[in-house]
Formats: sequence, structure tokens, C-alpha cells
Amino acid sequence: MLLAELRGHKHHGDRAFRTLAVGAAALVVLVLGLIAFTMTRRAWPAFGHDFFTSTRWSAADGIFGALPFIWGTLYTAAIAIALGVPVSLGVALFITQVAPPWLKKPMVYLIDLLAVVPSVVFGLWGVLVLSQHFGLGRSFLTAGIILAIMIVPIITSLAREVIETTPESEKEAALALGATRWEMIGASVLPHSKGGLVGAVMLGLGRAMGETIAAALVIGSALGQITLDPFKSGNSMPAVIANEWGEADQDHKAALIALAVTLFVITIAVNLIATTIVQRSMKRSRGT
Amino acid sequence: MTATPMFDLRARRSWRTTRNTLMLALMGVAVVLVAIPLFAVLWSVISRGAAVAFQSFPDFFTHEIPVVSRRPGPGMGPAILGTLLSTGGATLIAVPLGILGAIYLHEYGGTGGFARLVRFMSTVMTGVPSVVMGLFVYLSWTLTFGYSAFGGALALACLMLPVVIGSCEQMLRLVPEHLREAAYALGTTKSRTILTVVLPAALPGLVSGSLLAVARAAGETAPLLFAVGAATAYNPQLFREANTALSVQIFANANSSFVAAQDRAWAAALTLVLLTFIVTLVARSFTARLALKR
Repeated sequence: MLLAELRGHKHHGDRAFRTLAVGAAALVVLVLGLIAFTMTRRAWPAFGHDFFTSTRWSAADGIFGALPFIWGTLYTAAIAIALGVPVSLGVALFITQVAPPWLKKPMVYLIDLLAVVPSVVFGLWGVLVLSQHFGLGRSFLTAGIILAIMIVPIITSLAREVIETTPESEKEAALALGATRWEMIGASVLPHSKGGLVGAVMLGLGRAMGETIAAALVIGSALGQITLDPFKSGNSMPAVIANEWGEADQDHKAALIALAVTLFVITIAVNLIATTIVQRSMKRSRGT
Repeated sequence: MTATPMFDLRARRSWRTTRNTLMLALMGVAVVLVAIPLFAVLWSVISRGAAVAFQSFPDFFTHEIPVVSRRPGPGMGPAILGTLLSTGGATLIAVPLGILGAIYLHEYGGTGGFARLVRFMSTVMTGVPSVVMGLFVYLSWTLTFGYSAFGGALALACLMLPVVIGSCEQMLRLVPEHLREAAYALGTTKSRTILTVVLPAALPGLVSGSLLAVARAAGETAPLLFAVGAATAYNPQLFREANTALSVQIFANANSSFVAAQDRAWAAALTLVLLTFIVTLVARSFTARLALKR
């Protein structure tokens, strides 16, 4: 600030460049506002009646109840979290606490590689290999497994960052008291990074709920299934949108957009909570 | 003086060490559990895709897509072109804007109110599901202007923008403050300092961050589904007429019960995976250069 004042007169080019940068930054706010506005306006007519309570979705009769799809989204995401989180935490702990230095880099690459594979390729593998050759069929469980594979790299890399903020002194203190490596992890690493790990898991949850294409391919597109049986076919919000958009008429489209708005609100809420938790815990670990 | 017996200071086998070994082994198991699906997917893609993709070599990459999907034979050329068009368009839109936005956040905004708002919104935007982006572009662009590769580019650009802003801001943060101060001391204006000192210093990082976002965008399907359409012939025009993309073709063919269509899906998947891996590797090489410099 002071420097700018010392330099005296303002150049036009300088001001123009600043305006350009501000404009680019403002675009983010603008686009997000536009998304919320455009989608909500289009979806408005579909929300009334019993959109969130009815279990019947029949485009031919003009009846649109979103409950089964909300259930499918939550259920598959829950399976993905149940399968993906222990594995992710295990890998993150392995990379940071157990692996010898020469093994760290290849492991990080392995995880990054997993993050780069396009979701549609996982979907293709899920529908043609996993569901056919392993007897799982197109079901909640197949979708949960595929989603778990897809959220592992996200949770792992964030968990790794969080865990690495544990001060070396706290770890050494535990080891000096005679703790085994696992006890050291339990006494120093996990308490220190608890908040950040919860945030990482929630970011994974947000991703799992928003994932469209892989879920659309393997979940089975069954209407009206609200069941705890993981081997049943079902449907999730993003999958319905992707699968039904092509042949949808006016009202049907409005209902699909309403689904998208619902999904938007849920994932944004989950992501916001996650980011807040991560940032708070990062700040705390940096502060002390 | 009698020699005191040496005590063995190593931990004795007890339930504590056993539990330790067990938990460490479980972490190793987790690593294996992650590696299995990755290699299984890659193996399927390569073993089932390569035969189709490289049969009478360039045909698969150049021929048009068969209109009747049960007919065997090559053809993903238009999809490759479509992916390049929409991803390329998205890159041209999102990367300059993203870098400018990051410049605002780090060089001008700092911790001010508006910068904090933008950073917050950018994080929120990263979490928007891709299917929502696709519908948004359909409603605000495709409804008026029709299907085109550019619609896909817009949707992908919306997905890329917050990612580019985030990673580029990190990179600008790595540029040492004394470089800026040295430029100011020479009487350089702020914009010139940014353009001639800060950006060149951060360049490898900016390129690498942007390319990683490009690689992710190239594999996206849902946003293209709504905005690009479903062409089977070459369409080199960015702004007009329905186009297609590799990811969209994989999605469509994976749902098919015809073996010929599934074969094309595997070969298209191989092409797409190769494409994204190459972009990622190039990005990594820039990161490596950055690390060498420091």
C-alpha cells in the first residue's frame, strides 16, 4: 500500500490491468449467482406439491417425487464413505508415518494417477467388469464401490496434508515415552489432525454425492426404490438427470432441474462445512 | 567389580507390539486395496481397448463414428476432435481468467473483504457438481444458441475456473516478496512488476496448475452431455452444430448391449486415458522444473 503511494502518479495501464484482474475475480461471484438464479427460476414450478415427500416418479403421469433419488444419493455416498474412508486414512498414514522415504513419492504418484482417471472410465469398468463378472449387478453396492474408488484420492491427499502438520516434537515425545508407532499415531497424530480429517472426509462425501456419470452407469436406474438392501438397483439424483434428460419434455425437464437444484444445495452445504472445518484446523495447527 | 548384565532395551513381544504390527500391516493392506482397482481398471482399458484402437492402425483415430452402433468397425475421429475443441476452448477461456483472478487475489486483494468473498465463492464453486454446471450452460447458452462444442467449452470452463484460481494463487504465493520489492525500487509500476517479474517467476507453477485442471476437464462427461449434442460426423466448427466428445461416446456406448459398441467404448476409454495421462505428465514435468529451480 505504502509503496504504491510512494510511486506517485498513477499510470493508465496500471489501473486498466487492475480493473481486468478485479473483473476476472468478480466473474466467480457472478457465475455462481447466475447458476443459483437461473436454475432456481426454471425449477420453481416443479418444487410445489410433494416433490420432497412423494416416492413416485412417473414422467408419463406428470408425477415427480424425488425422495427415492435423494435416498439413493445419500445411501450410495454412505457406502462410498464406509468403504473409502478407512482405506484412505490407512494409505495416508502409511505414506506419512510408515513408508521409507524412497517409497513415498511413488505412492503419491499412485494416488494422483487414480485421481486422473476420468470418472466415465470408472463407470465403464463398473458396468462391464465389476457388475458383470463379480455378480454384483447394477446396484447400490456397485455404485458405492465405484464412488469409493473415486473419493479415495481426494480424501487421501487432503488427509496426508493434514497429518503432515503434526509437529515432529509431539511425535518424538510419544516415542520417547516408549510408545509403539501405532500408539504414537493414536496419541499424537490423530488427536492433532482430527478436525482436518473430518473435513477431508466431508469433502469426499460432497464429491461422492455429486458424481454423475459413474453412478448413472452402475446404479441400475430403478424407480422408486427406498431400501437398505445394497444389492437392489436404485437411482441417485445426478444419475436420473443424466439418464432421463435426453427424452424429457417440458415438465419433466423442470423436475430434473429441480433435482439439480436440490443436489446443488446439499453438496454446497456439505462442502462449506468441510472447508470451514479444514481451514479452522489448519489455522489452529499453524498457530500453536 | 562385577559386570552388570546388559538389559535388552528393545520392546519385548507383547500385546502392544503385536497390535502395532497388526495396525501397520493393515495400513499396508489399505495400500494394496487402492492399487488393485487402479491396476484392474487400467488393465481392462488396455487389454480390451488396445486391440480395437490399434487394429489397422490409424483408422480408429481418424474414421467417423458408425451411425448404427451395433455395426463393428473403427471410428472415434470426430469424438477426439470434439474433445480437443471443447477442452481447448475451455482452456482458452478459463486459464487467462483464472490467472487474472489469482493475480487479483494475491497481488491486489490480499486479505481484504472482496478478496475474501471471491476466495470463499471460488471454494463453493469447486464443489458444484459437474451435472449442475452442464444444466446451467444448457439453460443459459444452449437453449438460445443450440448445441455446439463451444457450449461444452463454457461448461468445462466453469468447472476449471475455480480450480485454476486456487492453484495459481498458491503459485503466486511462492514468489519471494523481495523480487517484487526489487522491481518497485527500480520505479516499475505494479502492473509491469506483475507482468515482467512475478508471472515469469511463477510460470512453471502456473502452467502445471493449469494443465492439471485441463486434464481433469478433458475427462468430464456430464457437462458435455447437455451442451454438446450427439454428432457422429466430423464437425470442426467451434460455435455451430452439434458435436461430440470421447467421454460422451464412452458413456453412450457403455450403456449399449452390443459388443461392437462396447469395444469402441473401451478403445475410446484408452484414448481418453492416454490423453489425460500425457497432459498430467507434461504438467508434472513443469512441477519438477519448479522444484529444480528452488
